[in-house]
Amino acid sequence: MRNAFAEEVFNLAKKDKDIVLLSGDIGNRLFDNFRKKFTNRFFNCGIAEANMTGVASGLAATGFKPITYTIAPFNTIRCLEQIKLDICYPNLPVVIVGTGSGLSYATLGSTHHSLEDISILKSLPNIEILCPSDPLEVKKLLKTAIKSKNPVYLRIGKKREKIFNNRKKFGKLDLIKKGQINCLLSIGPILENVFLASKKLDKSSISNSVYDLRHIRPFDEKKVKEIFKKYKKIFIIEEHYKNVGVFNSILHWSNSIGLDGRKLYSIGVDNKFIKFTGEQELARRKVGLDPESIYRFVKKIDDKSRI
Amino acid sequence: MKTYNLSNKFRIQILKMSNKTGAPHVASAFSCLDIVTTLYSSILKVFPKSPKNPNRDRFILSKGHAATAQYVNLAEKGFFSKKYLESYTNTNSFLEEHPNPSIKGVEAATGSLGHGLPIGCGIALAGKIKKKSFKTIVVLGDGECNEGSVWEAALFASSKNLNNLYAIIDNNGWQGIGRNKDILDLSPLKKKWESFGWKTYVINGHNENELKKIFKLKKRVPTAIIAKTIKGKGVSFMEDDNNWHYRIPTKEEILIAQKELKIK
Repeated sequence: MRNAFAEEVFNLAKKDKDIVLLSGDIGNRLFDNFRKKFTNRFFNCGIAEANMTGVASGLAATGFKPITYTIAPFNTIRCLEQIKLDICYPNLPVVIVGTGSGLSYATLGSTHHSLEDISILKSLPNIEILCPSDPLEVKKLLKTAIKSKNPVYLRIGKKREKIFNNRKKFGKLDLIKKGQINCLLSIGPILENVFLASKKLDKSSISNSVYDLRHIRPFDEKKVKEIFKKYKKIFIIEEHYKNVGVFNSILHWSNSIGLDGRKLYSIGVDNKFIKFTGEQELARRKVGLDPESIYRFVKKIDDKSRI
Repeated sequence: MKTYNLSNKFRIQILKMSNKTGAPHVASAFSCLDIVTTLYSSILKVFPKSPKNPNRDRFILSKGHAATAQYVNLAEKGFFSKKYLESYTNTNSFLEEHPNPSIKGVEAATGSLGHGLPIGCGIALAGKIKKKSFKTIVVLGDGECNEGSVWEAALFASSKNLNNLYAIIDNNGWQGIGRNKDILDLSPLKKKWESFGWKTYVINGHNENELKKIFKLKKRVPTAIIAKTIKGKGVSFMEDDNNWHYRIPTKEEILIAQKELKIK
């Protein structure tokens, strides 16, 4: 996803002279092309995220479309008040890119995990939140983010994510695998595991659809309403603390418009610091986000409803 | 009207505003008032009738709690009618206790300290990229220099050669509830700014000529101006008394101030 971001930001900057890329001293070699070609539109702001965010505000207030780029926790909660007051309050078009979100950097420890970024940013007015699930979506959603007149948080993964969702057209929320009865609604790179779990469910004759809710805020309310009508059960799977993330947003929204929230089920990370080391897939298994755990969770609920 | 007289007229206006609405920070405003008034009278190229003119100089009062010092100047310049000053902080007034960007002539929301200089850096950087000649001036409190983001910005500005950026530090020696030196000692303040790569001047912050002189010089690097000031400047019983960070003047006290400043 990182490489897809670097490629696309380079392409977009060729056409749009207002794009300025700010890095928090990460992306070694990643932006070599960009900095060579656009010498006065790339700035390494050093390890100083509060200042980088303020600088982005000043640039946006003067007509540019700045993008701040660093590791997700440092680009969100480290500089939260700058995002709130310097960017969201005056509603400036800054794109905040959090790379290595969720458990992408599992081995690096809790300092580098980002399991609360969505919840904290969605509490601020004006900001949009976009979560691409694979490299193709990164490119698509970066374009969307640049076009927006509001602040945008683009939550991406790391490198070498597979393209599993090879499609030409992207909506705000798309059906990526068709079935019935159960809906698996997910966001971000964890969709790959959801997809694998879905195939396993098929083998056990548990019919299910998979949806990609890439626009988290605002989300496509019309389509989610349709999903509520169409399915008996809706499983929301997210690589984020489950008490405060997307499940929580949709539950709150469904309650406010009188939809039956009891058909929603949450699969995400318990609100605890993760104290073990291991690669992302191992970490996902430990917190119940590997394909097998997702499969078992859905199967158990589905079995119960058949009794 | 000379800047000095204008500032004193503003002092009485600010006392009346504070008395009427119960809003504090009179002493903080008086401390930087001569600086802000000099900037608006003689240095800033601004366009009250088209406040967003892209060629305007940018001014950010990063010590947002001294907002009245900016509001009286904005009204004097014609950004909005002077009649709004009287309703400052009242129900439905657009003039809150701290500046916000929906006010004509205000560039950024300040009040939470340490935000103005990073934003100023971004604006100055934008000026460089666009090859525009406007300058960006940020007024900070000395207490505000406790904030780490001020020094992140100080590093950034010199690293990126922002010679179109000015930081004026209102150095009255006080912060919220005590003297700087007893809380987080800033000394040697001049050496600090110099060592961060800024051309640094120390001036009397109540002398407009000393301030004006600096803006006539050519700059290779960002400029820091440490303005030695007196908190509560201008009114004998307020000067250097930190209680006036929060105290609200009574009508009787305003009369004494009017006599002292010879302003009706």
